[in-house]
This record gives sequence, structure tokens and C-alpha cells, in this order.
Amino acid sequence: MIAYIIRRLFAAVGTLFVVSVITFGIFYLFPRLAGATPETLATRYVGRSATPETVKAVANALGFYDPVTVQYWHWAKGIVVGSDFNLGTGVEHCPAPCLGYSFISRTPVWPDLLDRFPVTFSLAIGAAVLWLVGGLAVGVLSALRRGTFFDRAAMTLALAGVSMPIFWTGLMALSFLSYRWGIFPGGGSYVPFTQNPARWAYALLLPWITLAFLFSAQYARLTRAGMLETMNEDYIRTARAKGLVERDVVVKHGLRAALTPILTIFGLDFGLLIGGAVLTENVFSLNGLGKYAVIGISDQDMPKIMGVTLLAAGFIVLSNLVVDLLYAAVDPRVRLQ
Amino acid sequence: MTFLEVKDLRVHFPTDDGLVKSVDGLSFSLERGKTLGIVGESGSGKSVTSLSIMGLHKVGTARISGEIYLDGEELVSASPAEVRALRGKRMAMIFQDPLSAMHPYYTVGNQIIEAYRVHNHVSKQVARKHAIEMLDRVGIPQPEKRVDAYPHQFSGGMRQRAMIAMALSCDPDLLIADEPTTALDVTVQAQILDLIRDLQREFNSAVIIITHDLGVVAELADDIQVMYAGRAVEYSSAEDIFDRPQHPYTWGLLGSMPRIDQERLERLIPIKGTPPSLINVPSGCAFHPRCNYARMNEGASETERPELLDTGDGHMVACHLTPAKRQHAWETDIKPKL
Repeated sequence: MIAYIIRRLFAAVGTLFVVSVITFGIFYLFPRLAGATPETLATRYVGRSATPETVKAVANALGFYDPVTVQYWHWAKGIVVGSDFNLGTGVEHCPAPCLGYSFISRTPVWPDLLDRFPVTFSLAIGAAVLWLVGGLAVGVLSALRRGTFFDRAAMTLALAGVSMPIFWTGLMALSFLSYRWGIFPGGGSYVPFTQNPARWAYALLLPWITLAFLFSAQYARLTRAGMLETMNEDYIRTARAKGLVERDVVVKHGLRAALTPILTIFGLDFGLLIGGAVLTENVFSLNGLGKYAVIGISDQDMPKIMGVTLLAAGFIVLSNLVVDLLYAAVDPRVRLQ
Repeated sequence: MTFLEVKDLRVHFPTDDGLVKSVDGLSFSLERGKTLGIVGESGSGKSVTSLSIMGLHKVGTARISGEIYLDGEELVSASPAEVRALRGKRMAMIFQDPLSAMHPYYTVGNQIIEAYRVHNHVSKQVARKHAIEMLDRVGIPQPEKRVDAYPHQFSGGMRQRAMIAMALSCDPDLLIADEPTTALDVTVQAQILDLIRDLQREFNSAVIIITHDLGVVAELADDIQVMYAGRAVEYSSAEDIFDRPQHPYTWGLLGSMPRIDQERLERLIPIKGTPPSLINVPSGCAFHPRCNYARMNEGASETERPELLDTGDGHMVACHLTPAKRQHAWETDIKPKL
């Protein structure tokens, strides 16, 4: 088991390295390959109004004239130990972990990410609880009542849930439930959990439900398919032959086995979500990582976009690791491999 | 009173293609301490019969009629909850493939503990002790250690032993073994069969062994029932089945069985044709399209269903052949070739 964990950890570190290389490549190397000069790259950091001399100085200060490997080294080193940027107007310090320094807002990116992460995380965790409970319950019931009215209605609703984009369901929900009928608060009413848990939950309820609707639809379908498969397994017959009551047969034997693949997908979904729920955060005006990325894109503020990208990728690697470890805990057969 | 009595059992499954008559009028009985072998090809209804006794057919999929008495208690008309309370406690079952029949995510011990605690209100510690005892009893070495192993960490034979330990954990009066050795290595098969026999003597339970292989039940069973297309075609003591089988289908089974105790004169003789459709069961005797002797009955085999009749001393057969013709065919055609 310990060897398994260590192997997984090494794999995760390796993946992170590859992720960092790819992220770096996208933002530094690909523009160069596409014909951008160090000056055009530097323009994005200082704005279009700067004089050619300033642009050159900045390009030099940012190391755009260095070989790519050296640039990567400086960038990667910054993440670990922090780095300084000399823009001619004074040295700006970006403490570790320096995921980038925004020359537009003149701030390091990392503190911004830290500020916004709780919002995204709050959104993700609440929605995840809702969609797991809802999706699993509906999926199990649908599988057990296969072909009945309940099954068909639930699966039709699930198809609708999967098909409708969140910027539509979210806007509809806001428009009716919040602005027209006033049942839920409108966008932008987020309160940190540490300040007031009740208002935190109240403000997030509508985004949670909207996001959970999308996901639980998918999870209900997955659970249903998984349950239909496992309930036909021989060990279910064995469980019944022991004289177990049907509830135990379904939950302890059927659902337990059907849960494993769902766990994998859940880990990845959740990892993806805490890296920024771009659409949901924008629809509900939540200042999370997703919204931060959108601001970065509209301002053409490269370090911000890059910071969010790297953090999101890191979360996915991390959630993959957690899923692998959970998998071993859940399925004893995994540990042997 | 007989311990287990099945009377005119019929199990039909409605499907889109028509009514599948898996079991169609089956009667037999079994006493405590006795072993009944039910033999037949796939689709002859042997497994369906055992699942009916256990009440394991899905509600709504099977139409079951007839009567099944377990120690005087009627099971077909009993409520699912009543049958469930008997399952595992008074009647237990082991299955063909112990790897797929055990839950991959729970330890062997936990699965036995669960089986024991369903019917016995004891603490986990007590149940665990009992599980270790059971594993020891079925011949698993180091049971204190193996109790915490997962099914995939057991060999096939050990797994089937663990299945048996699980089935016997509540000391049931009836044990049904559905092809208990089919998925196992030949070397292990005999061990498992010996184990079942020893445990049966110890627990004095009634045992039903379901198999397609007459060799499996040859030594183990007191009585043997040969099934074909959902009905019994022959029923007798195990000795009689081998010494003087009466039904052409039983002859076919014997002829297709390899033997090691004596050299065969000819090759194995397969039964010609394929098992019958259970939706359109052949008229008359269901075996007649595959039977070499059906022509000798002036058409009765094609039109009239033969009843299972006693030929004397409890040997029952459902065949239109007259005893004399049967005797002649056995002596001249079949026996010399076995």
C-alpha cells in the first residue's frame, strides 16, 4: 500500500512538471513559433502606448531575449523561490510561489488567487454535495424501478439537465427565482463562510442548485447504468441467498460496487471545478477563480490567465492523485497491481 | 413427514418471444441426511428449480406455481419476507463460480460474518470467531489470518471452501450446490465434493447437488433425478442410474461421459441434436426428436407426454418404451459400448 502511494506521488510530481512545461509553452513558446517577436510579447505587458525603447527595455527585463530553456528556468524558479521584476521604474518583488506578476494591476497573481479560491471552493463543495446526493438517489431509484414512470421521467429530466447549458439555466433561475419572485438573493451577494455561515449558504444556494442540476443529471445516468450492471452480478444473488433484506442488498452490495467508477469521475469533476467554474461564476457574479480568468482574458493580462491555468491544472493533478488513493481504499484489488 | 417436498412445480418466464417453460411439472422429495443429484443439460431447468426453492427469482419475472414444502412450511405462496427469513438460515446455496459469487470489495471474513449476523443477534467479535471456526472447518489453513483476506487473494478451491463456510454458517437444514465444482480445477473438484459429503454427515443436512456431469454425483448422491426440458425423465437411487438406467436420455448422458475406471471400447458418443426450445417444447416426449428409440412406440412419443412411472422399487422413468424393449436396448445397444 505504501509503495503504491509513493508510486502515485512520483507520478503526480512528474505530471505537474509536464503540466508546467505545457503551460509555459502555451504562453511563451507558441506565440514565438507563431511569429511574435520579443517586442510584441513585451507590448502585452506594458500596453500599446509605450515607446519602442520602453518595450525593448521591458522585453529585456522579462528575459524575452534569452533562450527558451533559460526563460523556463527563471519562471519555474520563481514558483519555488519567488522572483524580482525590474521594469525600469523600480524592482517589483513577487514572493514565492510566484505564479506570475500582473504588470497591469502591478500585483503578484498568487495573493489574488488565494483571495478568490474560497469563493470557487464554496461554490464547488456545496454543488458537489447536492449533485452527489441527488444524482445517486435518483440513479439508484431509477435502476431499481427500471421502465416505470419514475425511471422515464427522471431520465428525461436528466437528459434535459445534461443538454441545457449553465448560462441558460443559470440566467433563467436568476431571472425568475431571484429577480421576479425574490425567493433567492441576486448575484453578487456572496458572504464568506467565516463571516456568516447562514448568509453564505443562502447566497450560494441558487448557484449550487443550478450547477448541481447540470452535474446530478450526468451522475443519475451514470449511477443508473452502474446499478443496472452490478445488480445483475452473481454476488448480488449470493447476498440475497444469505437472507439479507433488500435494502442491504442494494446499498451494501449493489451501490458499493457501482460507486467505484463514479468516484473517479467525481474526483475529476471536482478538481476541474475548483480550478474555476467560469460560466457559473460569471452568471452569478461570484468573484472566484473562473471570473478572475475571464477578467484576465478581457484585459489581455497574460500572467493572470497563466496563473489560473497553472493552478487549475495543479488541482486536476491533485484530484487525480486523491482519486487513485481512494480507489485503492475502495477496491482492494487495486493494491496488488 | 418428508423434509423437502416439491409438488408439480412450474416456473414459466413470459418473454417477448413467448412463454419460456423452464420447469413444467416437477415433483420430488428429499429427507434430512440425504443427497439428491439433479442432472441435466443446460436449460433443463435444474438451476431454475433450485432458485425457486430458495425464492431467488425476481418478483414479476417468473410465474411460479405448484408447492414447495420445507419442513412443512409452504414456500411458493409464502410472502417474500417469510422466505427471506428462511434463506441462509434453514436453506443455503453455493454457486458455480465462487469468484463472481463473492463480493470483491469485502473480506471473506466480513462476508461470512454478515451471513451469520443476518440470522443471529450476536456481536461482531462473536461472529468473527464463528467465521474463523467455519473457515477452519472447511479446511482453510491459518483461518485467523485468512479471515481478513479478500476473495481474489484465495485460490479457486479455497474460494469455494469459503463459499461453503458462508453457506453453512447458520447451520442450514438444506444445502443446494449449483454446479459447485464446474469452475474448479479437476484436482480440486474431488476435494470439494469430499468436503460437502463430510459436512453433510456432520450437520445431517439435506443436500441437492445440481450438475450436468453424472460423474460428480456418482459417489455423492443417494438419489439422482435426470431432468430434460423442465421435467424429470428418470428418478432412482444413484446405483440404479448407473447399473440399469431406463431412459434413452440417461443412456445418452452415460455414453457421453468419459470414464477412467475402465477402458472405453468406442469413442465418447455425443447425444445428437441440441437441447429443445423451452418456448416450443417438442410435442409428446420432449426428447423424441433426439431419441433413437422413439420410432419403436407407434407414434406415441410424438403425441403423448409420458408420465413418470414407477418401474418397481422406486425407480421411476418417463418413457413410452415397454420394459422389455428398454431392457433389450440397454443390454444390446448401450451397455456394451460404455
